[in-house]
Amino acid sequence: MKIFVCLKQVPDTETRIQIKADKSGIEENGVKWVMNPYDEFAVEEALKLKEAKGAGSVTVISVGPKARVTEALRTAMAMGADDGIVIDSNEPLDTFWTAKALAGAIQKEGAFDMIFAGKLAIDDNAASVPQILAEALGLPHVTVVTKLTAGGTLVAEREIEGGAREIFEVQGPCVIAANKGLNTPRYASLPGIMKAKKKPLKEMALADTGVQASQLKTRLKDFQLPPEKPAVKMIAGDAATQAKELVRLIMDEAKVL
Amino acid sequence: MSKIFVFVEGHGSELKKGSLELLNAAKQSGREVIAGLVGPGTKALAAKAGQNGAKTVFVCDDAGLGHYNPDTFTAAVSTMVKESGADVVLASSSVMARDLFPRVAARLDSGVASDCTVLELSASGVKVRKPLYSGKCTAEVEFVNSPVRFVLMRPNQLPVGAADAAATATVREFPLPAGSGKITCKEMVKGASNKTDLTEANAIVSGGRGMQNAENFKILDDLANTLGATVGASRAVADAGWVPHSMQVGQTGKTVAPSLYIAAGISGAIQHLAGMSGSKVIVAINKDPDAPIFQKSTYGIVGDLFEVIPKLTEEFKKALHK
Ligand SMILES: Cc1cc2nc3c(=O)[nH]c(=O)nc-3n(C[C@H](O)[C@H](O)[C@H](O)COP(=O)(O)OP(=O)(O)OC[C@H]3O[C@@H](n4cnc5c(N)ncnc54)[C@H](O)[C@@H]3O)c2cc1C
Repeated sequence: MKIFVCLKQVPDTETRIQIKADKSGIEENGVKWVMNPYDEFAVEEALKLKEAKGAGSVTVISVGPKARVTEALRTAMAMGADDGIVIDSNEPLDTFWTAKALAGAIQKEGAFDMIFAGKLAIDDNAASVPQILAEALGLPHVTVVTKLTAGGTLVAEREIEGGAREIFEVQGPCVIAANKGLNTPRYASLPGIMKAKKKPLKEMALADTGVQASQLKTRLKDFQLPPEKPAVKMIAGDAATQAKELVRLIMDEAKVL
Repeated sequence: MSKIFVFVEGHGSELKKGSLELLNAAKQSGREVIAGLVGPGTKALAAKAGQNGAKTVFVCDDAGLGHYNPDTFTAAVSTMVKESGADVVLASSSVMARDLFPRVAARLDSGVASDCTVLELSASGVKVRKPLYSGKCTAEVEFVNSPVRFVLMRPNQLPVGAADAAATATVREFPLPAGSGKITCKEMVKGASNKTDLTEANAIVSGGRGMQNAENFKILDDLANTLGATVGASRAVADAGWVPHSMQVGQTGKTVAPSLYIAAGISGAIQHLAGMSGSKVIVAINKDPDAPIFQKSTYGIVGDLFEVIPKLTEEFKKALHK
C-alpha cells in the first residue's frame, strides 16, 4: 500500500507574530516552526494503515523553503514515515497552486492508494488544499474525517453540524483530510529521530511540478495587527449583583442579544 | 454591471443567518444577485431567497442528491456558477460550504478566499480580509488571476437586511448531475443536539476545567437554553471526556465568532483564544483574578461560577421575559 501524507509547517501558536515594515507578510526571523497539528493526525493514520496492512510505504510531502520545511518532514519520518519529498519554493503560494504542486509531484511518483492531509493548517485556516488536490487528481475526497475503517471499501466518517456525522463509502484511491479525534498521534522516539536523519528525501523544484508562482490566483497583502480591544470591564460585588450588572451591560451597552 | 452568486443554505424552513447576511451584502452592492440552493427539499426556500435580495434563484432539488455528496454537489454548484455568469461567489462558512467551495473554485480554475471576516463589495470589485495566525494579525486576500472570485465568509460578521415580502424571484431548476460513483454517503447519524452549530451560533456558553465534571454542564445548558445559545468547551474538558470533541473550541477544535461568548472556568490558554478571540463580546467568569482570559474579555467577573451562572440564568430570564 503506497500512501502519501501532505504536510505543512506553521508557526507555533505560542510564537509572537511580527509584521514586516512593508506589510507584505510576517517577519520569519525568530518564529518557531512546527508541523501543523492536524497533519500529525494525518501522519498517524497513514502509519496505522500501513501497519495494519503489514506492507507498503508512507511518503511525506511538503511545499515551501527547503531548509525550513525539511524539519517538518524529518519529524514525520521520526514518527515512522519511510521517506519524504520536498518541493522547494521560496515564493508564498496560494492554496490553488500549493495543491497543484502537490498533485504534480505525487503524479510523478506513479501509482498510489491513498493521500492523507490535515483538515486545515492553523496559520491561514483555509481548509482548501486537500479539496483542490482531490479535484486536480480527480479523486474522491472526504474532509474533516474523525473515523476511518479500511476493509474492502473504505468507510470514512466526517463530523458535521451539532456533532452529527456523515458516513461515506469511498472506492479506489482517495484523499482523506484528518480531524482531531481520528487518533492519538505517536511521539517520535529517540531511535526514530536518529533513523529519520538517514531516510531518503527527494528534492523537487517548483517548476518540476508544473507550477509557476507568478500565476497566483490569490495573494495576501496589507498585513495588519488586529484592532486593540478596549480594556476589560471588571464587574464587582456579590454573585447576584455581578449577574444583574452583566445582564444590563450585555443588553444595554453591548446590545448583542 | 457584474453579477453575484450567493450560495444559500437553510435550517428547517428558514434561511441560515450566514446566508441572509450575504444576500443582504450582495443586494446592497446594487449588483444583480443570483442565489443557489442545492439539496432535497431546498426548492421550498427559493421564495425566501427572493424576499431577501435574489433576483433569480437556481435550484437543484432532487432526492437523488441525498444528504450530502461532494461529487454531485460540486457538479451542481459548478454548473450553476457557470450558468449565472457571476464573477463573485459568496458562501457562508458552514461545514458544507467549506467542504464544497474549494472544489468548485478548483473546477472553475479560480481562487478561493476562505474564513474571511471583512467583505466590501463595489460595482465590480470585491475586497476581503481574513485573520491569520490564530487572530494575531489580519491580511487582505487579493484576487489576481482568478476568473471567478470565491469568498467564504465567517457567519455573524455582517448585518442582516429586512426581508421584502413582496419581492419575488425567478426560479430556474437544475437537473441532478451525474456523479463519479466513487463516493456515496451511506448514512447520516444525528448529533446529540439540534441546536445551531458552534461555528454558526450567535451566542456561545463555554465551560472549562473549572466545571469539575460532566454533570455540572447542566447549569451551562440552562443558561444556553435561556439565551438561545450553543454550549462549547475547552480542550481540557473534551479530553477528559465530559463532552464530545465536537464541542471543543480552539486551535484544534472549532473556530467560532459569535456576538456573545461566555467563558466559564476557562483559563484562556493561547490555543483556546485562537478559536474564539474573534467573538464580538467576550465574558469571562473565573475565580482567579489573574487568569489570562480576562485580558481578552469585554466583561469580567471574578467569582465562583457555580454561584454566578445560576444567578445569570435567572437574570437573563427576567430580562428576556421568559
Ligand atoms: C497543540 C495544542 C492544541 C491545543 N488546542 C486546544 C484547543 O483547541 N482548545 C482548548 O481549549 N485548548 C487547547 N489546548 C490546551 C490548552 O493549552 C489548555 O490546556 C486548555 O485550554 C485548558 O483548558 P481550561 O481552561 O478548561 O483548563 P485550565 O487551564 O485548568 O483552567 C481552568 C480554569 O477554571 C478556573 N476555575 C476553577 N474552578 C472554578 C470555579 N469554581 N469558578 C470559576 N472558575 C474556576 C481556574 O481558575 C482556571 O482558570 C491545546 C494545547 C496544545 C499543546
